[in-house]
Amino acid sequence: MILNDLLQIKDQERAARKKTTLRCCMAAGCMSSDSKGVKEQLEKAVADAGLQDTVEVRGVGCMKLCCEGPLVQADPQNALYIKVTSENAPSIIAALKGGKAEAAQTDPDAAFFKKQLSIVLANSGVVDPDRIESYIALDGYQALHEVLHEMTPKDVVDTMVNSGLRGRGGAGFPTGLKWGTVAKSPGAKKYVICNADEGDPGAFMDRSVLESDPHAVLEGMAIAAYAVGADQGFIYVRAEYPLAITRLQTAIKQAKQLGVLGSGIFESPFNFTIDIRIGAGAFVCGEETALMASVEGKRGTPRPRPPFPAESGLFGCPTLINNVETFANVPAIYRNGAEWFAGIGTEKSKGTKVFALAGKIKNTGLIEVPMGTPLRTIVEEMGGGAPGGAKIKAVQTGGPSGGCIPSQHLDTPVDYESLGKLGSIMGSGGMIVMDESTRMVDVARFFMEFCMDESCGKCIPCRAGTVQMHNLLEKILDRRATPRDLLKLEELCDMVKNTSLCGLGQTAPNPTLSTLRFFRNEYEELLQPEAHGPKGNGEAKKQTLTT
Amino acid sequence: MAAKTLTIDGKQISAEEGATVLQAADEAGVKIPTLCHLDGVYDVGACRLCLVEIAGVPKLLPACTTQVAEGMVIHTDSERLRKYRRMTLELLFAERNHVCAVCVANGHCELQSLAYNQGMDHVRYEYNFPKWSVDNTHRLFGMDHNRCILCTRCVRVCWHIEGAGTKNVAGRGGKAHIISDLNMSWGQSYSCTECGKCVQACPTGALFHKGSTAAEMERDRTRLEFLVTAREKKQWITGEE
Amino acid sequence: MIATPLHSKRNRLPAVLEHASGDKRFKILEVHMKKHQFRHDALIEVLHKAQELFGYLEDDLLLFVSYKLKLPPSRVYGVATFYHFFNLKPQGEHTCVVCMGTACYVKGADKVIAAIQDQTKIRPGETTPDNKVSLLTARCIGACGIAPAVVYDGTVNPRATPESAVKQIKKWTGT
Repeated sequence: MILNDLLQIKDQERAARKKTTLRCCMAAGCMSSDSKGVKEQLEKAVADAGLQDTVEVRGVGCMKLCCEGPLVQADPQNALYIKVTSENAPSIIAALKGGKAEAAQTDPDAAFFKKQLSIVLANSGVVDPDRIESYIALDGYQALHEVLHEMTPKDVVDTMVNSGLRGRGGAGFPTGLKWGTVAKSPGAKKYVICNADEGDPGAFMDRSVLESDPHAVLEGMAIAAYAVGADQGFIYVRAEYPLAITRLQTAIKQAKQLGVLGSGIFESPFNFTIDIRIGAGAFVCGEETALMASVEGKRGTPRPRPPFPAESGLFGCPTLINNVETFANVPAIYRNGAEWFAGIGTEKSKGTKVFALAGKIKNTGLIEVPMGTPLRTIVEEMGGGAPGGAKIKAVQTGGPSGGCIPSQHLDTPVDYESLGKLGSIMGSGGMIVMDESTRMVDVARFFMEFCMDESCGKCIPCRAGTVQMHNLLEKILDRRATPRDLLKLEELCDMVKNTSLCGLGQTAPNPTLSTLRFFRNEYEELLQPEAHGPKGNGEAKKQTLTT
Repeated sequence: MAAKTLTIDGKQISAEEGATVLQAADEAGVKIPTLCHLDGVYDVGACRLCLVEIAGVPKLLPACTTQVAEGMVIHTDSERLRKYRRMTLELLFAERNHVCAVCVANGHCELQSLAYNQGMDHVRYEYNFPKWSVDNTHRLFGMDHNRCILCTRCVRVCWHIEGAGTKNVAGRGGKAHIISDLNMSWGQSYSCTECGKCVQACPTGALFHKGSTAAEMERDRTRLEFLVTAREKKQWITGEE
Repeated sequence: MIATPLHSKRNRLPAVLEHASGDKRFKILEVHMKKHQFRHDALIEVLHKAQELFGYLEDDLLLFVSYKLKLPPSRVYGVATFYHFFNLKPQGEHTCVVCMGTACYVKGADKVIAAIQDQTKIRPGETTPDNKVSLLTARCIGACGIAPAVVYDGTVNPRATPESAVKQIKKWTGT
């Protein structure tokens, strides 16, 4: 495979385009509403109408407005059909010939779409994820070619540093710095791992990226591997994402066949292979040291850092771990340059961020916006507010590690620092909207239960502390707690946050702490007056006696 | 190896490069509380009792897995650390069923002594009262899961000193527990060599010699030290009391 | 509960291997292990395959894996019980997985699961006594756009309600 071969595929693919394209969403959300049947009916209707030469029906990835699926978009007509069924699908073909479509439509130029800026999702809903040619037609793998032939690994790292990209997995560590550290670590064998263990409940950005544009992730990983000197990559995907796994397997196979993965890529000395590792249902494996233990076939328990994975990671070798969205940003950065990327977003948070918008909101689905976009723009303009005219009470970001941002702070720009100041985190991008009917203590309890169930059990504060915090939250919800219990809860939050071994325990108190900060009255309303007795703590006295 | 100079609790000390903060403190006579640490086996940093404050580092770090560095300023006994240690111990006491008065290790238990030393005189959290079993099927030893604190010392000595891999942790979170082989009764374990290292390593009364009654279970750590020294340094120091 | 000594130790391996020799699925599993060169780090992959073949991970199967990969049984058991995806007990004829992710929860997944529990009289993680239905919960299947989601025998069902769930259960149990 040389550049000319790549360009030839691109030209062929572009030349084969037909006058009209019907893009039919084949991501997991729409497929659960029978988009496969819809696609089959569309294909049949095209054949019946004898339009095979002018109309292409293309299965594509996520088209973002998941709540209205299955979605079908007709171009160049710019018509977006929603909730299409196999029954009314043929009418979309009839509409191409001037008839009337029975399927409902929505405005593809509505704020939900127009306010988006797509880098990571640029190909999502456009390319056919099952065909590498479709990705190549949109300049796919050209960045990898350029990197391998025109840049030294050091140049590649420098470009990443200049782009200002920060890790999209949650913590926001500068990606260029991470790459530089792994590149500098001595060792003949190095690994690149893509963290696709998207465990935050309420987050589905990474699933959509893998289902919609798997090659962007593979290309990003290959560029990273060249930069750090790795020849082996792993993608660690959750078992809950069977479609993403299938698409990745197809993509890796095609990339190997074309020679953009494997040995001597683009006739350079660079070799790189990627294997898939399937998770088995453990949230803690999103933590990088736990993830590596799991890739090694062990119990997914984290270990203290240092040593950091960049120095001693998988099988004791220097290892680069980035998440799906981080890698998906990479090809675009090398195609368009670091300055282009650094020109998007805010001073400290560059580029865009993909959010999975869900919960009590009219438009649920995927959005990608420049960093610094106010929350209000996202939930009110793009999301359309709470359904039925209800009032939005809070927006939860960062899942079980994040916090609830109350409505009075909706004008906060979405970037790492601003969310941190409000006691939440950017997280991987789950954004759950809550309305007035949501009880915040129950939300805190929900997340605490999650952390308690997902605690690996290795360190005491997380293993036993989450149990006690959950007990206290239940006690408050059952109206059995006193102000002293609330103090105990706050004290435990502080202790678990500061003493736990890994990120799971260190952030487990965040949802409780943030709801205590902004909705303390909801806790206090549930408290009972302190019981009388010697120092008011008869219960503790009794327990001491049994010890 | 280059020496590093550092300050622990106001004391200027020097330590070898590569030494842990715990080792350096120990040599300087500063006692840092530990529970999952056991001399001779690798550290896991799990019990969080040895957390220390290091100037310039925002997070608390475990002394057992943190290496010394030049100019480090370390505090091991601040009011905040003492409070966290007491709370950690309270959490442990509330987690399973620790009833000292009837325990084989009463008076020889590391958990009990830590509670005394750290001034943990009562537990403010609700006791979980879980139902854990006692495994008395082994010819020589017994295991009472009610007294287990999941420090994994037994697992580590079994894998890394004896090399049998009989013990491991199964399940996770609050349901995590120590198993023998395929979670079979210990007496049925085919891989167990009956060496007894796990019993010597246990900090509480969870693992014991059969026949011990309350307060009778004393450990002899010199056997472990003897083996580790023999393996690592090729020095067989027998008969030392 | 106190277990007391049994006097003879029994090596279960010969029985396990005999069991395996009469079952083609063990052969398929062994081929899968060979594909991974019997590497220790393939343990989770192998357990996935084993569960796909057998439906759940029984003791004989875990012993077989530990023997073939040359790993201590305690390691295999420790891994199998760490990950929630692995079942050590047989599942019912049909499985119903209710997603309890945040989006599904705030949109009423708790009511859906309550209705199913009420109908089947089992709790999550359990199987009905007639072995028809296993009820499970998931920590987020990433289908938040169509919340609440319920997975019936591997097929995702969007926008579930207590009524739709009970209807599906009744279809399975024939009541």
